[in-house]
Amino acid sequence: MGIWRWVFIGILFLADFIVKIEPFKLGRSQPTERISGSAGDVLEDDPVGRLKVFVYELPSKYNKKILQKDPRCLNHMFAAEIYMHRFLLSSPVRTLNPEEADWFYTPVYTTCDLTPNGLPLPFKSPRMMRSAIQLISSNWPYWNRTEGADHFFLVPHDFGACFHYQEEKAIERGILPLLQRATLVQTFGQRNHVCLKEGSITIPPYAPPQKMQTHLIPEKTPRSIFVYFRGLFYDVGNDPEGGYYARGARAAVWENFKDNPLFDISTEHPTTYYEDMQRAVFCLCPLGWAPWSPRLVEAVIFGCIPVIIADDIVLPFADAIPWEEIGVYVDEKDVPNLDTILTSIPPEVILRKQRLLANPSMKQAMLFPQPAQPGDAFHQVLNGLARKLPHDKSVYLKPGERVLNWTAGPVGDLKPW
Amino acid sequence: MKLSALHQSYLSRRSNSFRSSGPLDSASDAGYKSSAAVFWLILHGLCCLISLVLGFRFSRLVFFLLFSTSSSNLYTPPLRSAAELAKTLDVHSVQSTNPVANNLQLPFPNKTATNSRVIVGRHGIRIRPWPHPDPVEVMKAHQILERVQKEQRLQFGVKDPRTIIVVTPTYVRTFQALHLTGVMHSLMVVPYDLIWIVMEAGGVSQETASLIAKSGLKTIHVGFNQRMPNSWDERHKLESKMRLHALRIVREKKLDGIVMFADDSNMHSMELFDEIQNVKWFGAISVGILTTSANIAESLDRKEEEENPRMPIQGPACNASNMLAGWHTFNILPFAGKTAVNIDDRLTVLPRKLEWSGFVLNSRLLWKGGEDKPEWIQDIDMLDGDVESPLGLITDPSVVEPLGSCGRQVLLWWLRVEARTDSKFPPRWVIDPPLDITIPSKRTPWPDAPPELPAKEKPEMGIQDPIVKHVTKTRTSRSKHRSKRKHETRTDTQTSTRHAEQN
Repeated sequence: MGIWRWVFIGILFLADFIVKIEPFKLGRSQPTERISGSAGDVLEDDPVGRLKVFVYELPSKYNKKILQKDPRCLNHMFAAEIYMHRFLLSSPVRTLNPEEADWFYTPVYTTCDLTPNGLPLPFKSPRMMRSAIQLISSNWPYWNRTEGADHFFLVPHDFGACFHYQEEKAIERGILPLLQRATLVQTFGQRNHVCLKEGSITIPPYAPPQKMQTHLIPEKTPRSIFVYFRGLFYDVGNDPEGGYYARGARAAVWENFKDNPLFDISTEHPTTYYEDMQRAVFCLCPLGWAPWSPRLVEAVIFGCIPVIIADDIVLPFADAIPWEEIGVYVDEKDVPNLDTILTSIPPEVILRKQRLLANPSMKQAMLFPQPAQPGDAFHQVLNGLARKLPHDKSVYLKPGERVLNWTAGPVGDLKPW
Repeated sequence: MKLSALHQSYLSRRSNSFRSSGPLDSASDAGYKSSAAVFWLILHGLCCLISLVLGFRFSRLVFFLLFSTSSSNLYTPPLRSAAELAKTLDVHSVQSTNPVANNLQLPFPNKTATNSRVIVGRHGIRIRPWPHPDPVEVMKAHQILERVQKEQRLQFGVKDPRTIIVVTPTYVRTFQALHLTGVMHSLMVVPYDLIWIVMEAGGVSQETASLIAKSGLKTIHVGFNQRMPNSWDERHKLESKMRLHALRIVREKKLDGIVMFADDSNMHSMELFDEIQNVKWFGAISVGILTTSANIAESLDRKEEEENPRMPIQGPACNASNMLAGWHTFNILPFAGKTAVNIDDRLTVLPRKLEWSGFVLNSRLLWKGGEDKPEWIQDIDMLDGDVESPLGLITDPSVVEPLGSCGRQVLLWWLRVEARTDSKFPPRWVIDPPLDITIPSKRTPWPDAPPELPAKEKPEMGIQDPIVKHVTKTRTSRSKHRSKRKHETRTDTQTSTRHAEQN
C-alpha cells in the first residue's frame, strides 16, 4: 500500500515537471509559420543540381559599357537585371557547355538608359533586345533550335517586355514579337494583360538590402501606427486633372482618409521612413503608373502587413508565396471603405500574417543580396525556372520551321542598334 | 515618377493624336476635300464641343477605340453602369470614359477579348458620402493595436513580468494635483500589474483619495499622522519615514514584486518600468536632476566654456567591465549659500546625496524570514532612525545592481517645484458653483510683496484673477499682479467681491 502511494506521488511530480517545461519552451522561440504556396513548400528549395544555365557571352556594348556610362543603374529599382547577370556568372548552376544547358540567359541591360532624373527611357530597348537576339541567333545555333523557348530574359521595366512606361502605349506595342516564345522574368504582373505572358516569372523590384539593414529598430518597439503610406497621391506633372494616375485609387485614399488619425499618410518623404514602417501594422501598397512598387518589398522586410490596392495584380513568385494569406487585397472600388475593411480583420488573422511575415525565408525571398544567399530572390528565380523543366518536346522546332516573325512590330524597332 | 520624359511625351501625345488617325490627317491637307474628310471634320468639331462641356478630352480615346488594331482587352463592356457611378461623389467633374464609349460601340474585332475588369483610362476618384473618421472604426483599430502590442510584449518583452509596487509619499498642497496626476497617468499606462502605496502626511484626506480613485489602479492609501513641515530638510526626513512605513506595509502584507519609489513630482519614462523588471535583488538607476532656478542660468553664463550645461545625474557609475565602481552624485558646490531652505523659497531645491527614487528592490528582501534572502539586507523593523537613502538598508553597498545599461540610460527625472505654503486652491480643483463675476479684491489676505521677488517673475500663487466669467453687462477687469498695481480699477461697476477659493 505504501508503495502505491509513493508511485502516485511520483507520477504527480512528473506531471508537474512536464507541465512546467511546456510554457518554458513556448516562451523561448519567436513563433513563425512555414510558408507554402500553390507550388508547395518551395521557398527553401535549392536549385543547384536541378537545372543548368548557359550564359551567352555578348560583347560588352550590351552590358558592361552601358553600366560604365551610367553607374546609377546599380541602385535603382530595375537593377535586378544587372545583379542577376553577376550572380549567374559565378553560380554553380552555370555551365560552360551549352549542349547540356536547360536554359540560356542573354545578359542585355535594357533598362539602363537613364534620364538626368534617373528614370529609364525605354525607347531604345526594343532595338537593343532585337540586336542582341540577332547576335545570338547568328552566332549560336541554340536560338534557332527552339526560337527562344528555352531562353529567358530579364525585363524589369514598368510593363516588362512591352518596353514603354505608359500603359496605353505599352498595350499598343505588346510584348516584343521576338520574345513571344521565351520565358520572361519581369516585375510587372497583372492578370489578363497583354504585357504578362503565360509562364512568366514575376520578381520583386530591386531594393538595396544593406540600406534596409541599417535602419532596423529593436523588435520590441510597439507598433503604434495603424496604416502607413508615403508617396504621391496626385501626379501633378503628368496627370494634372487627376483620375489617370493610379486609376484614381491613390487620390481616393487621400480624399477619404486625409483627416483620419489611424492613417499616417502624406507625400513627404521623412528620413525615418524605414523606421516608421517598422512601427506600423499595415502599409499601403497601391498601384502607381504601374501596379508594382518597391513598397511591397519594404513592407515584407519590415514586418508591416502589405495592403495591396491594385486590381488583378500578380505579385512576385506567386506560385511559391501565398500572398492572400500574407497581405490584404483591397479592390480599387473598395478604397472608400478601407478603414472598415482593415478594422474588421480579426486580430488572430492579423497576428498570423505577422508571423508569416516574420519568417526569415519570406524576407530573404524578396531580396537581391550581394553576395547571393540561399533562399534569396536569385534562387527563387532559378527555382521557378527549374519548376518549368523538363521542356516540352514541342518547343524543339523541326529544322527549317519558323514561328517568329522577324519583321513584326513598329517600324522604329527594326532599325539596328 | 517620370516627370520630364512623360511631360514631353504628353505634349507630343497631343500632337500625335492628330497624326495617328489617318483620315483626319488627310483632312488637314489643304485642297483635298472629299465628303469623308468633311464628315471627319464635323465629327471632330462635335467631339471638341462635347469635350468643352464635359471638361476633358475624350476624342483621342474615341479614335483609339475606332481605329486601333491591337487586340485591346480594354473596351470589353464595363461592369460599372452610369447609375452606379453617379452614386459616388466626384470631386473633379470627371467621369469615366465608359458611358461615352458605350454609346459609340462598334463591333469588336474578332480577336478573343479577355475578361479583364481593369480598364485603362481616366477613372473617377471615389469618395464616400462622409469622408471622415468613424469613431467605431477608430476604437476597433485601437483594440487591434493593443492586441498587436500585447503580442509584441509577449514575444520580445520581459518574460514573466513581476508586479510593481510603487511607493509615493504625498501631502495636500497646491501643486499636489499637478504632480500626482502626472505620476498617476504614467502608472496607468504601465503594462504590468501594479500596486500603488500612497502615503499621505497629515492623515488621509478626501482630496488625495478622490484624485487617486480616478486611476483605477490597486491603491493602498495610508495616512501618516504628522503634518508636512515647511523646510526642505524636514520634509526629506519625513518622506523617508513615510517610505519606511510603506516598506513595513509591504512586509506585513507580504506583497510580492519589485518596489520602486515614485515621488509625486518626478517624471518617469515607460522604459523605466521595463528596465526594473531586470532587477534581481537591489538595483540602482540613473536619475536626471532638474533643478529650477534663474540663478543657475546666471552662474553658468559666467563660466561658459568649461561647463556646458549638462543635466546633472545621480546614479551608479561603472567601470570598464560594467561592474559597479561608484556613484555619481550631485555637485552642490555651485549652489553654496543659494539653496532653498523653506518650501516656498524661490531658490534652487537640491536633492539629497542619493535620492530614494533611484533605487529599486525586490520585495522579498523585506519579508520576514525569507528562504533565500541575502544576508546584506537589514531588517527594517530594527531600523528606527533616519534612513537617508535605501543604501542605509543594506550593509554592503557593492551588491547593488546597476540597471539601465549600467547607469548610462536616464530613465527618470527628479524635480521639486512647489507653490507657496500659504497659497490657496479650490478643493478638488473644482469651482462650484461656477463663477458669475469675479473681481479682484482690494485687500488680499496675504501681503502682496513676498520677501524676494525677481522683477519678471509672476508669483505662482493660487487663483486670484477671474478664470471663468459669465459675461454680463458689467465689465470685468483682469488685474495684473504687479505688486505696485494694487489699486487698479478699471471697472465701472463694482459688485461685492467674492473669492471662490475662500472656503
